[in-house]
Amino acid sequence: MEFEKLFEIIISASLVNNFVFTWFLGLCIFFGVSKKMETAIGMSVTFTAVMMISAAVSWVVFKFIMVPLDLQFLMIIVFIGIVAGLVQASDTIMRKVAPALYYKLGIYLALISTNCIILAVPLMNVGNKYTFIESLAFAFGSGLGFSLALIIMASIREKLELADVPKYFKGLPMAFVVTGMIALAFTGFAGLIKH
Amino acid sequence: MSATNEEISYWELIKNGILKENTIFKLALSLCPAIAVTNNLKNGVFMGAAVIFVQVMVNLTISAMRKFIHPRIRLPIFMLVISGWVTVVNLGMDAVVPDVYRSVGLYIQLIVAFASILARAEMFASKNTIMPSMFDGIGMGLGFMFALVTISFFRELIGKGMLWGIPIINAKPLLILVLPAGGFFAVGILMAAFNWMYAKYFSAGQHGSH
Repeated sequence: MEFEKLFEIIISASLVNNFVFTWFLGLCIFFGVSKKMETAIGMSVTFTAVMMISAAVSWVVFKFIMVPLDLQFLMIIVFIGIVAGLVQASDTIMRKVAPALYYKLGIYLALISTNCIILAVPLMNVGNKYTFIESLAFAFGSGLGFSLALIIMASIREKLELADVPKYFKGLPMAFVVTGMIALAFTGFAGLIKH
Repeated sequence: MSATNEEISYWELIKNGILKENTIFKLALSLCPAIAVTNNLKNGVFMGAAVIFVQVMVNLTISAMRKFIHPRIRLPIFMLVISGWVTVVNLGMDAVVPDVYRSVGLYIQLIVAFASILARAEMFASKNTIMPSMFDGIGMGLGFMFALVTISFFRELIGKGMLWGIPIINAKPLLILVLPAGGFFAVGILMAAFNWMYAKYFSAGQHGSH
């Protein structure tokens, strides 16, 4: 029962309600780093990891500090603080502990704090009243979905470089149209979960 | 004489925000709400207004405090100021326009993560005095609202045949435009149109930021 629910949350967050294609979140990063496959993969890994940690931390803070003190209205300030602090902390720790990894993924870390998904997940965890494990599953699913979107997009854009696109559609406008087509394909997942 | 010069430069700041550095069409920042809330005109207008308010207030606050903010801790302070003003808008809209808030609430909260607002605080307000900062905020905010209103105008008109919830076209609408996928198409096409117009009327030869 419990496992089924977790599985449902992961599928829902990654495919049916994919953050990029149905919630339109994280688009800046999505368009920014999907030009090359290598950067797309680096971003996906870093992003999923930071997302899970920040979901866990903000769940604990919300449940054990903000609810008892009746401070729910400060949600936005506290969560963005947690995300920013966490990004800064993992930046420092990674540089010290794993310099090789830092040189590969470090630049993505800085970008993550401007990614709306990372803030949306804790907010939605609160909105959906998820338990701790469910929050983690939701964060993992969202990370997975974002990675999937990024990798699909990167593989298309690498090919698109060679295509003959009309002058004013070059670059972002074309990327938007392509994303629209992927989003259309993703609506096919809508029937996977009963609401 | 100096007064007219200042007026011109304020006008330039506003024009810069709407055309040259249009958040959505030119810089391609803060795209999430550009698609998420633009399936009807009303949401687009309110979202745009919320962003104008936040951008202006953040610019004013940062600009007023710029001498007291130590450069090394400026980013956390900017974030704090932004999230403070976003909380104000968030609670305010929940109370004043609850029906709009129900559909755009999440995206209002996410104004915090807008790169464009932080970027203006960092690049403009922390280096300029209060008045230019305010006009810069108005310009950037108006540019954002202009993009949002244009996109939602076309999406609601063509996708539902309505404007502001009032039926306009008496034919079968193209439903795809109000669906998520249609949002991407609409933004892509409008962005290309904006590039074309900008290249044709406002700049000599150069266009596109990418």
